[in-house]
Amino acid sequence: MNVIINGRVRQLAHGATVAQAVMAVTTTTCGVAAALNDEVVSRAAWDATRIAEGDRVEVLTAVQGG
Amino acid sequence: MDDPLVIAGQKFTSRLIMGTGGAPSLEVLGQALDASGTELTTVAMRRVDPAARGSVFEVLRARGIRPLPNTAGCHTAGEAVLTAKMAREALGTDWVKLEVIADERTLLPDPIELLDAAELLVADGFTVLPYTNDDPILARRLEQAGCAAVMPLGAPIGSGLGVRNPHNIELIVGAAAVPVVLDAGIGTASDAAVAMELGCDAVLLATAVTRAQRPDLMAAAMRDAVRAGRLAYLAGRVPRRRYAQASTAPPSH
Repeated sequence: MNVIINGRVRQLAHGATVAQAVMAVTTTTCGVAAALNDEVVSRAAWDATRIAEGDRVEVLTAVQGG
Repeated sequence: MDDPLVIAGQKFTSRLIMGTGGAPSLEVLGQALDASGTELTTVAMRRVDPAARGSVFEVLRARGIRPLPNTAGCHTAGEAVLTAKMAREALGTDWVKLEVIADERTLLPDPIELLDAAELLVADGFTVLPYTNDDPILARRLEQAGCAAVMPLGAPIGSGLGVRNPHNIELIVGAAAVPVVLDAGIGTASDAAVAMELGCDAVLLATAVTRAQRPDLMAAAMRDAVRAGRLAYLAGRVPRRRYAQASTAPPSH
């Protein structure tokens, strides 16, 4: 299925989780947060939260700024 | 002299809050942070970059510097609230430097969206430090909304123009019961000293250090300027006079 991770369309298996979406864009999970369709998903819920066709996942981390 | 900065019950020895934007490398940033003596430093939240080497979060953590995530780049209260929640999840802190910017040309805060976001975040348990215009009434409204500090700008972000409206900053300081942090516009050490002499509780700056020819030297200059300005404020300056006043008693003959 197609999901949009950080603004880019990516292919993930049906029934994929937020944890798998995060792993698609980064190997480190330290200092990383994820949102599914503009709702933050806590790290503890990544494995249990399934994503669906067309969902938007944002994976953010701290960078230099301010 | 024991004179800590206290924000939301948290004590800091240093009154210099640093930003991390603009440093040419994480190594240079680390040297500047060391020289600055800062204990609280801002970071931004952005999409992960698989090619990125090193992490600013690690630079702070290795030095025991508390991270202050910001909502830079947000134009609406909704965007800022989501970014703050992402930062809380990623960095494990409920402190946030709230920025809600009106447009890219001025980078001035949008006061309506800012106050809206502040109210939403306070209600959600965040410790909110808003970057605000140098407007005493808006500062008062932000304090009434439950913000832990107010952070008026001295001049637009990155402009290095110093404190353009010292009178307004004094009015904000005079009325605020929460710490006042002069945020944005500092160009060089004397600007930071001026902000502290006006009674600000702390100074937040980034560009002045990170884009200086020698960031580590400018960081040390800012550390000393903030200290000097604070001491001068506490000491109480002499009144300005139109004519001379002899500092030596006249001869008695």
